[in-house]
Formats: sequence, C-alpha cells, structure tokens
Amino acid sequence: MVASLNFRALHGRLGCALILATSAALAPLVSQAADATPLKIGFIGTLSGPAGALGQDQYDAFMLAIEQKGGKLGGVPVQVVREDDQLKPDIAVQAAQKLIERDKVQIVTGVTFSNVMMAIHKPITNAGVLLIGSNAGPTPLAGAGCSPWFFSTSWNNDELHEAGGQLATDLGYKRMVVMAPNYQAGRDAVAGFKRDYRGTLVDEVYTQVNQPDYSAEITQLQASQPDAVYVFYPGGMGVNFVKQYQQAGLLGKVPLISVSTIDGTTLPALKEIAVGAITSSPYSPDLKNAENAQFVAAYSQKYKRLPSLYAAQSYDAANLLDAALTTVKGNATDRQALRQAIKTAKFQSVRGDFSFDTNQFPRAGFYRVDVVKAATGAAFETKGPIVAKIRNPLAQQCKMN
Amino acid sequence: MNVTLFVMQCLNGMQLGVLLFLMAAGLTLVFGIMNFVNLAHGSLYMMGAFVGALVYNTTSSFILGVLAVIPAMLALAFVLEALVFKRLYQRDHLDQVLATFGLILFFNELIRMIWGPSPYYMEVPPALSGTVNLFGIPYPAYRLLIVASGLAVALGCYLLIHRTRIGMLIRAGATHRAMIGALGINIKLLNSLVFGLGAVLAGLAGMLAGPILSVQPGMGEPVLILTMVVIVIGGIGSIRGAFLGALIVGVIDTVGRTLLPAVLRGLFERGTADTAGPALASMLIYILMAVVLALRPQGLFPVRHG
Repeated sequence: MVASLNFRALHGRLGCALILATSAALAPLVSQAADATPLKIGFIGTLSGPAGALGQDQYDAFMLAIEQKGGKLGGVPVQVVREDDQLKPDIAVQAAQKLIERDKVQIVTGVTFSNVMMAIHKPITNAGVLLIGSNAGPTPLAGAGCSPWFFSTSWNNDELHEAGGQLATDLGYKRMVVMAPNYQAGRDAVAGFKRDYRGTLVDEVYTQVNQPDYSAEITQLQASQPDAVYVFYPGGMGVNFVKQYQQAGLLGKVPLISVSTIDGTTLPALKEIAVGAITSSPYSPDLKNAENAQFVAAYSQKYKRLPSLYAAQSYDAANLLDAALTTVKGNATDRQALRQAIKTAKFQSVRGDFSFDTNQFPRAGFYRVDVVKAATGAAFETKGPIVAKIRNPLAQQCKMN
Repeated sequence: MNVTLFVMQCLNGMQLGVLLFLMAAGLTLVFGIMNFVNLAHGSLYMMGAFVGALVYNTTSSFILGVLAVIPAMLALAFVLEALVFKRLYQRDHLDQVLATFGLILFFNELIRMIWGPSPYYMEVPPALSGTVNLFGIPYPAYRLLIVASGLAVALGCYLLIHRTRIGMLIRAGATHRAMIGALGINIKLLNSLVFGLGAVLAGLAGMLAGPILSVQPGMGEPVLILTMVVIVIGGIGSIRGAFLGALIVGVIDTVGRTLLPAVLRGLFERGTADTAGPALASMLIYILMAVVLALRPQGLFPVRHG
C-alpha cells in the first residue's frame, strides 16, 4: 500500500512536470486521461427472487444520487459494479470475493438482508475494503462484532424493533402477538420488540422464510384475540401477509403494527388493502425536509414509484460517500483518511438529522407512519417521531480505534 | 387446540391443497403421459397470475380476468410446445430439466422487464371481499371460493379422464404409449392437448392465488417445489393421485405448522421449541415424501395398470 502510494505521488509529480513542459494546449488532454480511470464501487444487494424489489430500490437510489452529481461522487467519476446475492449467503461471499479480487473495488455498499451481511462483512473488511451497509444491520455488528471498516446508513435490527415496541407501548396495547420469519433478522425483531414493549406477549410466532400462505397462523391469531399484532415481513412476504390479514377481516378490528413490511416497495401492490395499518419506520416519503422533498420528486420522476426506506438509506450512503470523498479530494487510496472523513462527514440526510455513533451506526430517528387513503389508493402519512426510552447499550460493547 | 380450530386449520389446508391440485394435475399428466419433466410449470402459474391481474385491473371484472386466462394460457402452451418442447420430447430427462430451468429464468426476467421487480397489485373481487362466519370464527369468503372452484375442477377432470373418449386416450397414453400410437391415434395432437390442459389449470391456479398472494416475478418456484412433492406422493401420471396427494400435502403442511410448535412447547423449554418448531414443520412434507419413496416408490395412488 505504502509503495503504491509513493508511486502514485511520483506519478503525479511526473505528470505535473509533463504538463509544465508541454504546451498549454495539451494540458486538458492529459488531465482528462487522468480522470478517465473511475473510482470503482461494488454494490451487493438482493436483486432477484421474492425480495428483489428491496435491493432494486437500494441500487436505483444509489445510481440516482450519482446521476444527480454528473456521474461523480466527491468530484471523482465513479463506476458501480453491481452484484446480485439472490438472498443466498454463499453466493454473496463469491460476489464479494469477485468484487475485491477481480474488480479491485475500494468500497462496497448495499447489502439487503442480515444473513447475507453476517456472511460477507468479515471477508470484505478483512481485505481492507470499506463496507457501507445501506440496509441490513445485524445486531452483533453494532456491538462486540463492530469493525472500523464497517459503516451503516440504516440502523441495527434491535433499534428498529425497539422503536416498534415503544410505539406499541405508547399506543397502550396490553396483549400482543408478534410474528416474524424464522431467520436472524426475524429473531432480532422479536428480541428488540420485547425490550421496549411493556404489555403481555400472548404469543410469538415464527414462520418459514418466504412462506406464501399465512391462513393457519391467522386462524390461530383470531383464536387468541390480542389487542394488536406486531409483524416483521419484508418484501413479498409482507404483501402476502397483509392481504390475507385484511381478507380475514382483521385489519379494521385488530390493529396491525408492522416494520419493514408495508413500505415503498410493497404499497403499490397493496393500495387500499393496507389502509389503516400502522408502521414504525426510519423513513417516510412525506418527511418534511428540503433534501427529502428533492429526493422524492427526483426518484418518483425517474422510477415512477415512491422511494422506500431502502431507497432512502442507499441515497444517504451515496451522499455520505460524496461528502467524504470531497473532504479527501477524491483520494480513496488513503483508507484511514477516508474513514475519518466518513465518520465526520456533514451531509443532508433525507431522514433528518444524521450523525455517527461510536459504533459507526447512525443516530437517526424513527417515526410512526400510517397508511391512509389517498387519491392514488393509499399513501404514507407521518404521525410524529417515536422516542425510544430504552436502548440496548450496544455502542459500549464496540471496541475499535 | 380445540376442535373448532382444528377444523378451521383443516379447511385452510384443503384450500392450499386444491391450489396445489390445479398445479399438480397438469404436471403429473405431462410427466406421466409424455414422460417429460417440465420445471417451467411454475412459470405458467406466474403467467396466469399476471395475465389475470392485468385484465382484472384494466376491466375491473374478475370473471373477465378468468376468461382471459384460459385462451392466453392455451396460446402460450402451443407456442412453447412448437418452439421448445417438441424438440425435447425425445431427449433424456437431464436435457429437459436444463432447458425448462432456462425457461424459468426467461419468464422471470420477462415479467421483470414488463412489470418491474415489485409485487403487482391484485385485489379480491369486491363481491367476495367479506368474511363468512364459520363456527364463530370469521373466514374469508374468497378462500371458500378457491376451495369450491378447486373441487369443481377436480370433478371436471375426473369426468374428462374417466367418462370421455379423450380421457380414455389420455389414460391409455399414460400406460401404453407405444400401443396407442400403433393403433393410429395422433399422439402428437394428444400431447399438445394434454400440455394445453395442464397450462390452463396452472394459469387458473395462478389467477385464483393472485388475490391472496403476492403477484411478482419468481412466485412460481415455491409452488413448483410443493407440486413436485405432491406428484411424487400421489403417484406420477395419476389425476386421482394428484388430487389426494395435494390434499394430504396441504393439510399436513398447514396443520403441522400450527400443531408442531405447540406440541414441542410441551416437551422442551420455550426457546428451543420456538427454534425447532417452524424448522421441523417445514420439513414435514419432505419427510413424508422420503417415507413414501422408501416404502411405495410408485406413489400412494398410482395409475392402475391392466
């Protein structure tokens, strides 16, 4: 690394000498040639299968930010190498190795699901490549398993559901049932929810990942008659569940509180079916800040759909990189400098105030967002921030320098 | 769990079962009669859902949607047969698996290009959006329609196979393929007919499932896997086997999902039961398949010879 740095510096000096020596007319040509090697950024996301829309939103928003800056981040041209992990950790590991060894990327971003993140974060950060997760935030990575080379622009799973638990407590529901798919993030969801929920948990139901039919679980639910139901069903699972919940006549009767279930990717498939559902979300397209207004307008114009939280977090990741690369004047080879620049980057987040905690996860808010009737069928409406009273002291478990 | 709840869960299982039957009927006939492995059967289910949803959303008529799916699936089946499958009938199973797996990728990508990666909107027809009170528990009316129409199709298939001349030829084709060719029956036409019928049933299954499930690219694969299990359990080539196999798989899968975690909670501590329960429940039907394969490799309700 040191050798290559020196070489680069030497190269730069030679370039300067060359420019000085040649006529002024040649100078623009030389500088253009130097600009032509773009900074490579790897993008790994779940782009196919039932949850493919989530990764697509992350990718589209990231590319939108780059396009808005004329194909550059921090003044340097960037090239994004896209990889689909198919929601399979083994395929994701191969994709990460390909990005690092063949494409020689210096930064990897994206990552949709927690099980994928758990598989690839070590191979990436150990190779000295910066990883900026824009969705998956498995709890261990925010605590003892944190890494100086890992940043998140989203949240950690616990935090997401602590807000959900707080919301359920605030709404005064005494008896609740929680439902989640049977995998890492589903279990994190229930654990996080329990931490802040003050009422009685009547039942915890775990279903298969990508299960299409929930009739059995819904019948069970009707029998236990809870005050409200809390669910975490990302992607197509959410569409299935909410449709079936509504058809069983429950949506008006037993309030449904959900996280990462009804969002920008799934609302177009649900429309009025989801009206009346309450969600706890780190983002809503109707959040009132100038950056968000601009983002929602540009995103919906280009992709003909409203941005989801996945899109918003990925847009933030691009803007974060833009700010950090500006600080280091586009030089991504000095990793320590780039890391410091990211830690202290000042940029406008579409989610409102944004800064990094010591574990390099954001300190950012959560909101109660309801699905309401609108001219187009249904829309999100922010009902105010959720203030979580209890937070898992994860950041203290994170030791890094 | 009390009796009412158990009956409700069996009803849920039946509802999944009849959907699986619509899929399995086509797959088992194509496999049994033409000796052809068609992995793209799940894609036909997906195409049915998308075509139906498109017509339903533009015309706001569910009936029109169903009526549009039938000719659309027939047309798709004939095009597919003429372009791809005809070349594969004489090849071995590995070639067929490879080529039809390619078709899965093709159709998923086609749908992504036309409709995008996000789930597509499809609602229950307003007339059936309410619930019916069954034993004191409200049950979605639309699911009762699925059960009813699935049973009607099963009856129709039974009559077609056992009471008509075409049905007789299909049965003959399943057992003595070479012989009916020698008797001067146009086996190619029979093949196209069987394949078309299978495609229509798969399309109808997709159309019926659309309002309760997420209509999106890749929706056919999980169903295809269950369907494969159904025809292995029921016996390849047998419509009766497909019907009973589908009901068995539907009921075991649904009841197992609710019963098993409850039973395990009685045996182990809560944390262990919560982890093991769903995992074991999802394995149940595969365990059943393995047992059937070990003890009765021809399936539980095979085609009767002789």
